[in-house]
Amino acid sequence: MEILVCVKRVPDTSENEIELNSAGNDIERDDLVYSVNEWDNYAVEEALQIVDKVGGSVTVVSVGDEEAEEVLRREMAMGADKGLLLSDDAFEEADGRGIATVLKAAVEKGNYDLILTGAQADDGAGQVGGMLAAMLDVPFASLVNTITVDGDKLKVGREIEGGNQEMHEISLPCVLSIQTGINEPRYVGIRGIRKVASVEIPTMGAGDLGLDVPAAKVNRLDYFLPDLGEGAEMLEGSTEEIIDKLVELLKAKGGLK
Amino acid sequence: MAQIFTYILHKDGAIDDTALELAAAAKKIDAAASPTAIVVGSGDGLDAVCNTVAASYGEVWKVAGDAITYPDAEMIRKLLVNILPADSIVLLAHEHFGMDLAPGLSVKLDAALATDVVDIEGVDGAVLKLVRQEFGGAVSTHVTCDAGQGAVLTLRPGVFAADESQSAGGQVVDKSSEAGDLSALRKFLEIVEAEAGDVDITKSEVLVSCGRGIEDEENIEIAFDLAKAMGADVSCSRPIVDAKWLPKARQVGTSGQTVKPKVYMACGISGSFQHMGGIKGNPFIVAINKNPKAPIFQVADVGIVADILEFLPELTEKIEEL
Repeated sequence: MEILVCVKRVPDTSENEIELNSAGNDIERDDLVYSVNEWDNYAVEEALQIVDKVGGSVTVVSVGDEEAEEVLRREMAMGADKGLLLSDDAFEEADGRGIATVLKAAVEKGNYDLILTGAQADDGAGQVGGMLAAMLDVPFASLVNTITVDGDKLKVGREIEGGNQEMHEISLPCVLSIQTGINEPRYVGIRGIRKVASVEIPTMGAGDLGLDVPAAKVNRLDYFLPDLGEGAEMLEGSTEEIIDKLVELLKAKGGLK
Repeated sequence: MAQIFTYILHKDGAIDDTALELAAAAKKIDAAASPTAIVVGSGDGLDAVCNTVAASYGEVWKVAGDAITYPDAEMIRKLLVNILPADSIVLLAHEHFGMDLAPGLSVKLDAALATDVVDIEGVDGAVLKLVRQEFGGAVSTHVTCDAGQGAVLTLRPGVFAADESQSAGGQVVDKSSEAGDLSALRKFLEIVEAEAGDVDITKSEVLVSCGRGIEDEENIEIAFDLAKAMGADVSCSRPIVDAKWLPKARQVGTSGQTVKPKVYMACGISGSFQHMGGIKGNPFIVAINKNPKAPIFQVADVGIVADILEFLPELTEKIEEL
């Protein structure tokens, strides 16, 4: 099975506290540590496990600037066979629809049976996979947390409310957006990274893909801190004082039995 | 202003809470709007659902059919494309069905898409001004959405105050004959129910809930020690289940369990809306997190900035001495 996994380079929220910059028009990007979007990492692992079972190859693709190459290389160190970087100034102002349009053009240059994306990324929109499927006129399932290959079809489970799972049979080719927890992504060691350090990663721009990126219909104007009301009463003082106050509160609220 | 439609979620004859939230959101786009609710399903209960919805909407489009007994997003997308007029604004709840449906629907309608919208601030011509969040709620953004050729918006459940007035007195229009071809390359098979766990956290009065801040599997014990001292049960947030440190049955959140404790100790949990969506009944929430900017402090009753790996054992010791 030929599998394409779409990955994104994002600020790593486990390594950084996301804060506003002084102008308030962006997050503070100085000293930010970036990594692969967590959901995408599960998608790559899932693709590798499928290929281990049924054969084929895994290609990782990213729309981004040249720094996105490090993320592609990391996923190749996990075991992806090929990388593809889609990079062009014309992609920078793209909204979700624009990114899906770029990916569609790249998909059509290849011959993929299965396309995986993460269920969402840093902006929490969760939109590109479903858009890409609709543009390609292939079926889509979101929030997928199990995949079983059954000939030219897949049996997939979607994560729905209450820990329940919605099971579907879906024809190939298709696009699936992958939920975290579907597998345990393998560890990437420094040796793995070194092994792929000099592998050529082709780059394609708008001209190579033969496309015009549609003007964005959705545009972010600014960043600001949410005002959600009063917030918590913060307990302060020494640890001992805080614990004493907390114990009294817990007693009063029925938190101690 | 374009015509506004909402898609109504319903189950076992009852409408979802979001049905009335979407009506309220439509009024935020256009105070004079008379949004149309779309109710899809089958069976005897569908008319009752439509009538309930009609109390809150000027018009209800009913689409009945045996093929759509289970609302599979791939089929519902085709149905909506078949029945919606050009340039419509479509409002959906941002939950698993809306997330499955909205992106593809926006492409097929050639409409703009904005997901997980938490507020609608206004309209300038055909451009909607919306509020979203990024980075798990750490920051908010204003977003413009050009609805000139229609728009699909998914709205976060629980943030738009429901329109409970029930004063619309709407009529139900049967659109079943316009549903068209619904054949899809994806077939719904069944719902697999979650496995029951060793403890039913939905019945717990006091929960010690741990999140990413627990850092390592072996530290989970710290939460169990505190729970034992308090007479509480241990629950957790999603990353703990993803890491397989605790079973799914202990996960609090929209994709896990909905809990109704009296006291909820959120330990090393950032407080994403998906997590908070699983906490009902207005419990007393204590948040302990080493990041003073964690969103959990906005919704908790009491907050403590501390590393749970140091703080929880000290708290446990103190409670054991009582």
